[in-house]
Amino acid sequence: MKNNPSPILTVENLSVGYQKSNGKLIIADQIDFHLDRGTLTALVGANGIGKSTLVRTLTAMQPRLGGNILICGKELKSFSPVELARKLSVVLTEHPASKNLSVFELIALGRQPHTNWMGNLTPADREAIDFAMEITDTLVLKEKKCYELSDGQLQRVAIARALSQDTPIIILDEPTTHLDIYHRAYIFKLMRKLVNEYRKTIFFSTHEIDLAIQLSDKMVVMTGEETYFDTPCALIDNNHFNHLFPEDTIQFDKVNGRFGIRDRM
Amino acid sequence: MNSTGTYKIHFVVLTFLLLAAFFLNLTLGSVAIPFSEILKSFFGSGASKESWNYILLNYRLPKAITAMITGGGLSVAGLLMQTLFRNPLAGPYVLGISSGAGLGVAILVLGAGALGGVFATFLLSPWSLVIVAGLGSFLVLVAVMAVSMKIKDTMSILIIGLMFGSLTSAVVAVLSYFSNAQQLQQYIFWSFGSLGNQSWERVWILLFCFCAGLLLSVLSGKSLNSLLLGENYARSMGLRLKRTTLLLILATSILAGAITAFAGPIAFVGLAVPHLVRQVFRTANHFILIPAVLLFGSFLMLLCDTVAQLPFSSYTLPINAITSIIGAPVVIWLLVRKKKMFF
Repeated sequence: MKNNPSPILTVENLSVGYQKSNGKLIIADQIDFHLDRGTLTALVGANGIGKSTLVRTLTAMQPRLGGNILICGKELKSFSPVELARKLSVVLTEHPASKNLSVFELIALGRQPHTNWMGNLTPADREAIDFAMEITDTLVLKEKKCYELSDGQLQRVAIARALSQDTPIIILDEPTTHLDIYHRAYIFKLMRKLVNEYRKTIFFSTHEIDLAIQLSDKMVVMTGEETYFDTPCALIDNNHFNHLFPEDTIQFDKVNGRFGIRDRM
Repeated sequence: MNSTGTYKIHFVVLTFLLLAAFFLNLTLGSVAIPFSEILKSFFGSGASKESWNYILLNYRLPKAITAMITGGGLSVAGLLMQTLFRNPLAGPYVLGISSGAGLGVAILVLGAGALGGVFATFLLSPWSLVIVAGLGSFLVLVAVMAVSMKIKDTMSILIIGLMFGSLTSAVVAVLSYFSNAQQLQQYIFWSFGSLGNQSWERVWILLFCFCAGLLLSVLSGKSLNSLLLGENYARSMGLRLKRTTLLLILATSILAGAITAFAGPIAFVGLAVPHLVRQVFRTANHFILIPAVLLFGSFLMLLCDTVAQLPFSSYTLPINAITSIIGAPVVIWLLVRKKKMFF
């Protein structure tokens, strides 16, 4: 952390959870990590460990319980909604509420932080939309309505919308759930491409630990007791993946970088 | 979003239909007045009979304008509700907003007698009618919104709207038990819904509220578009959720409240019109949908009113019955045909 002068997003001693009437319900705390410009960072952990809560806290959809979140060195709370929308775009697990939107309309909505009060599209806006559709291979879907799309197509459209928002940071919540193996690989390669060729900073939560180990620059591992942040290789060397799941059922295989079922009955 | 240009022909046709319905509505009534006389009355020196002039300018014209405002306003209110609650079955009537307005009116009409005298006549002025109805709608909407934040299920919101409806009728029943026959009659006639017998003063007040509500709706157009993706996505694109919600609730209360105050509770227009418009305008952009819904709602209401006044007879049917007879089957047809309704 110290050797890089300007991480684009810094998380310090963060605790996330819910504010209840009878006190705080902490889901996870002492979270420290940072995202450097142009890197791909994966967030892994078991179900219910607080991945989604962390994602929702980072995207200002729910308040944090403690600690700091800095974007470009500025406290997250001090951003106005539109300012934040120009820095950070999201791809959520939920589907668009209205399936009546056409693909073009949906992707064009991503331009909202940049357009006037009527949302009129300037040539620059149309360029950003075209770019987003081209890179996600959604140009052919342009005129389709959302209810006509498959899950895989819908996910590409959701990513295209985030891209048309034209933000340096993109945060994705489990972008590969419900997708077939082709689309999972497609989404991972797309994220890698956006980082390598367009210097986007991408943070995503996932259950595809083996794919994430192969493709991401850094990983955040939430085990319940502690949160680790490092390169995939260093995390493997330090045996941090071993504590991810109960070890009597599955075991991490250091050599192959993947989990296997323990063959003990 | 696509540019408005794509739908130019649609808008021209709609405007033409609206104008045609407007003149048809003016022509037909219990008194037969030739079309040429109507043109003369509006654009020329006046109709050849003074009574025709009076009927046209002080009865039929205010009624036609009220019909257009009622149809257009309720349809826009329905569109706003469908997007705000992200529920295709939302509308001013279904969500209990009209009931809320009705409760306000009931308390005023039935309660004014208790105070009696000069105070009662002051209370029954058109402005106070609008204010209590608007207040009633606003309170019901805030309550429905508060519940919908706790319960995310779209069906429960509708049931809650229904509950507010029955709660209102219960309170009205209690109130009517303690009020005299004349007040009761006044309230019951109001609850049938009527576009006629509007003084010009009432029409101006209605027009004022309509414009205010419409202005708020158009100003929220961009926010409405982003809400189509859901709350979380909308916020991630810079939407101030609380402010937008309040603005939309305000716009709906003003529109539905003022209309219900003067025309009575009118069912199904607010729910059905946005869906009918979506069949033709294949867009989700509110900057196109709002004017389209407005024009089509006005057109449909003029037609309903033309039917309700049973041309060439002296009878007039309650407008609420006509809108239900037309509106309810339309909603059922849409549900069956599309299996799932979109918004």
